[in-house]
Amino acid sequence: MATIKIENLQKSFADFTAVKNSNLTIHNKEFFVLLGPSGCGKTTTLRMIAGLELPTSGKIYLDQDEVSLLRASERDIAFVFQLFALYPHMNVKNNLAFPLKMQKYSRTEIKERVMEAAKLLRIDNILDAKISSLAGGDRQRVALGRALVRRPKAFLMDEPLGTLDSEFRELMCLELRKLHDDIDATTVYVTHDQQEAMSMADRIAVMNEGEILQADAPSVIYNKPKSKFVASFIGSPAMNFIPFNQAVQKNQTEINIEGVKIKIPNQHENSAGQENFLGIRPENLKLVSNGGISGKVFGIEYLGSRKIVTIDTSFGKIKVRIDSNVNLDIEENVQFTPSNNNQIIFDGKTDKSLISDFLS
Amino acid sequence: MDTSRSPMEPSGFSKKIAAFIIIVYTVVTLIPITWIVLTGFKSVDSAVSYPPEVIFEPSLEGYVNLFTARTRQSEEYLDSLPPPETWYEELVRSKDMVITGPSKFFSRYLNSMIIGFGATFLSIFLGTLAAYAFSRFKVPLKDDLMFFILSTRMFPPIAVAVPIFIMYRKLGLGDTHIGMIILYTVVNLSLAVWLLKGFMDEIPKEYEEAAMIDGYTRFQAFFKIVLPQATTGIAATAIFCMIFSWNEYAFAVLLTQFNAQTAPPFIPTIIGEGGIDWPAIAAGTTLFLLPVMIFTVVLRKHLLRGITFGAVRK
Repeated sequence: MATIKIENLQKSFADFTAVKNSNLTIHNKEFFVLLGPSGCGKTTTLRMIAGLELPTSGKIYLDQDEVSLLRASERDIAFVFQLFALYPHMNVKNNLAFPLKMQKYSRTEIKERVMEAAKLLRIDNILDAKISSLAGGDRQRVALGRALVRRPKAFLMDEPLGTLDSEFRELMCLELRKLHDDIDATTVYVTHDQQEAMSMADRIAVMNEGEILQADAPSVIYNKPKSKFVASFIGSPAMNFIPFNQAVQKNQTEINIEGVKIKIPNQHENSAGQENFLGIRPENLKLVSNGGISGKVFGIEYLGSRKIVTIDTSFGKIKVRIDSNVNLDIEENVQFTPSNNNQIIFDGKTDKSLISDFLS
Repeated sequence: MDTSRSPMEPSGFSKKIAAFIIIVYTVVTLIPITWIVLTGFKSVDSAVSYPPEVIFEPSLEGYVNLFTARTRQSEEYLDSLPPPETWYEELVRSKDMVITGPSKFFSRYLNSMIIGFGATFLSIFLGTLAAYAFSRFKVPLKDDLMFFILSTRMFPPIAVAVPIFIMYRKLGLGDTHIGMIILYTVVNLSLAVWLLKGFMDEIPKEYEEAAMIDGYTRFQAFFKIVLPQATTGIAATAIFCMIFSWNEYAFAVLLTQFNAQTAPPFIPTIIGEGGIDWPAIAAGTTLFLLPVMIFTVVLRKHLLRGITFGAVRK
């Protein structure tokens, strides 16, 4: 297994820049997720690491070796495609053996390795089956098997669970993570699904428009996002952004929204402009009988152990997480206020979050 | 109301109408072919009798005449010969003729085979490589090149007959197998490239990428992964190329006379004594139809999937 390092990586297609000046280090044995909306450059980054695309500029290192311009076949990494790309004219066994045949292993060794991988993935009972007869989950396992028979330096996966139905996806998430731990793999995993990313990753890199915005552990990404985009992309329901027209100064601990004073963590820097946003996750808000920001109940989602209330206010819709035993009616007037001091101020000009006692 | 069938499925009555129309159409289409096959088994006299004979005494005269060269001899000469050794000699003697040797039909038929399969193979070989390149690589002016390739089909081929005739004479390609193979390949290639490019486009490039990541070069990936999946398209294209090369008449008449003459220009020249030898021509036509039929039947499974141009893909 290996460390993957990318330095100032850039990729342009004609006049479109898919990946801008990216820097990343993926540690040995790490499960690293590239997360972002479609077209953000995450797949292009992955394909450059694999050698399926060559970078316009910048360098890629596998351990100490620079591989930036090597062919895919010379890099010793495995790739799991979104649509699996299992060879349809071969059965499961031959699909698994295909990478080994190229490496001139003896027949018995190929057989042993195929069996080993098949047992690990519990597909040893379908080795003679045709690819077309397999269900999605089995195809997924065969694709993983084909990746790991070769014992490559790293696994690259491009939304490998995207085509599975949701129930199966959760199961495969767990299996994939367990497999990663069992074989001490280094995995780079691309997805647009933030829940998938949160549940599997050691670290997540959030990308948008070709840029890596933040690379951190899931809890850091969730609680301490460095920009408004990261904050809005992670979490379901998403973070609330309350706009306010007031410059934020260093050491400020309070802001005024709709005439209501809201406490904020002690700020360490000034905002660049007047138009800023207060970011609060729904679980950090509570309903109060007076002294809060007022609004009208717009909708209620019952989620079993809790409810998400959407409140219509003068500055847009705000979601608040409440206990499911609280009864509310649509159109009811309510007030809400932060329940703790975990708020983040986002600079309206730069989209960045301002450093504070909470976010340091 | 009958709710046992899905609304997408035709009713029993419309199925019956469809079957009736298909049967009528089939019969109408098959009448000329049936007539050719039957004529091949008639005697020269019954072939031209009026009213036409539908029920007749079968004879292999047509096939014997097709494969042999004969001369008419006087009765005294025939009597002086030893008795005929084979059934076909006997058949010929009964018409007051003797066999002087084999006819040219077999060699013409062989020419058709060599040129037909040769041109098909070459068209598919070049077409597959070109189609793959057009499908996968950034070829400069790709669209213009594809249009240029198609444009070679836009004029009637016979329009260039005279220049080609002169070129072939200068190059010594006239009346040679290789010359005809090159000519038919040129005509077929545009169709082959276009058809095959469609099929190649349907094969997701992830398959080759997977193979390349598994340690194979692009060329190995092409042979081990792309070609096996393109068999349907290759088979369908091969049939189109084969049918054209096999049936082509105009250039064959113009460019071949002896060495490389194919069956289509030869068959109509089978002239019997005192009239056209219809049974021999019909026999030749019947034999001529067989290879394309067999070729198509062998590749039928691929063709049926192939001519949908990959529209229905699993």
